[in-house]
Amino acid sequence: MSVLSETVDWLTDGDNWSGDAGIPHRVVEHLGYTALTVAIAAAIAIPLGLYIGHTGRLRGLAIAVSGALRALPTLGVLTSILLITGIGLKPSIIALVLLALPPLLAGAYSGLEAVDRSTIDAARAIGMTETQILTKVEVPLALPLIVGGIRSATLQVVATATIAAYVGLGGLGRYLIDGLALSDYPRMAGGSVVVIVLALVLDAVFVALQRLAMGGRATVESAAQS
Amino acid sequence: MNKTKLTALAAVAALGLALAGCGSDDPTSSGSSDKGTITVGSAAFPENEIIAEIYAQALEAKGVKVKKQLNIGAREAYIKALKDGAIDLVPEYTGNLLGYLDPKATATTPDAIEDGIDDALPDNLEILDVSKAEDKDSLNVTSEFAAANNLKTIEDLKSVKGLKLGANPEFAERPYGIPGLEKVYGITGVKFTAINDGGGPATLKALLDGKIDVADIYSTTPSILANKLVTLEDPKSLIASQNVVPLINDDKATDTVEDVLNAISAQLTTADLLDLNSKNQGADKTAPAVLAKQWLTDKGLI
Repeated sequence: MSVLSETVDWLTDGDNWSGDAGIPHRVVEHLGYTALTVAIAAAIAIPLGLYIGHTGRLRGLAIAVSGALRALPTLGVLTSILLITGIGLKPSIIALVLLALPPLLAGAYSGLEAVDRSTIDAARAIGMTETQILTKVEVPLALPLIVGGIRSATLQVVATATIAAYVGLGGLGRYLIDGLALSDYPRMAGGSVVVIVLALVLDAVFVALQRLAMGGRATVESAAQS
Repeated sequence: MNKTKLTALAAVAALGLALAGCGSDDPTSSGSSDKGTITVGSAAFPENEIIAEIYAQALEAKGVKVKKQLNIGAREAYIKALKDGAIDLVPEYTGNLLGYLDPKATATTPDAIEDGIDDALPDNLEILDVSKAEDKDSLNVTSEFAAANNLKTIEDLKSVKGLKLGANPEFAERPYGIPGLEKVYGITGVKFTAINDGGGPATLKALLDGKIDVADIYSTTPSILANKLVTLEDPKSLIASQNVVPLINDDKATDTVEDVLNAISAQLTTADLLDLNSKNQGADKTAPAVLAKQWLTDKGLI
């Protein structure tokens, strides 16, 4: 029997769809790690990105730091943190947050930078305060790119959250890591399929959210250029 | 086609060529060596490389022509190389070798495993004398935990309530793991944490921090000595023996060669491996070749 048909068997086996090691429970765990990571990363990166985008300060530093962060191998980071914190949720979430920061940061500041200067000048001219300009003009106009940043961060995290299983947590990575350890390739392939489907579903959700954030405008690109 | 595109195409072509080059550069494809020369191979981890160096240097000292082809990779790769005649000799571990040759084998005691290997090996390969040195999964606790719960053997874990055990993920399902603890020793209700580093630093830290009570660490890992861990005895042979043994091509196993290798097996112990690994992975990072020479000199074999 080929790995392909065995993978189909694994995916359709009722035993794999129930209990703590079943696919639904693993998906919930996986989404939990993803949501927690993106929430923490967004709480750090979006305010920082808005500050950079609004004031134009620290921009060079932000680009350099997020570039460096993008180059970090997540598994290496995880292992290094692990040796300080010990096993548990903390090392995995820290490593994943580092992965999620650059796209969120870039989405926030580039979103603000894409707002037409004359619009901002006009807002200032009619007497809006800096806070009002940020919240009533810049953020609404930048929203599609900010959501775009969240979208790309979420996709990276949902695909990489499989490493949580490396240090004893659950999530869909359990199928990959346990499958590899036991040379159970159908389980690995089946687990990968579930991760892919989950990523595609999340991406579709974000496409819808981004359309919503666009309001009446046609595309993200035209919003950025406007 | 503009210039940028051409450059990109050229780069892709160059990369393709480079990758194709890698493909044909198989470390095991050196072809069969000539009659008098023994090609010594090893798996791709330091301990195995050290033992291979010991074999190679001892044979050289007795005037046997030796070629080295170390660090070949996993068992699948070097056993194939042995069968093909690309290498002639490799240090093996009895339990894992049997498990590879006969995946259905259930033997765990040294003698049963040796018999199993003899039956399962292809005609042109044989194992020589088995050494006492073992590198296998072992269950370890801190000396404080051992004292507090009066632990000496795996069986004693039965009296510990809510036992937390950390090991590689396969431990959850393999016969020597959680299922075996229940079947062989009657230990139930173990809380298992999968830590994917083969009993390495993360597992050790979890044990020392008390996040787990018992850690599966390979028996020749330097951290066992360094942290005064207590390795629980396994009186019912739950974990299969993994004695170091030379696996050799029949054609190359002359009397001289066999005598040299058997003399090594007679002297090599688990404590020796622990010591060699500690020196190799500790602060000194002594090279395998140097360690092999020291060991052979200390034992009076060269």
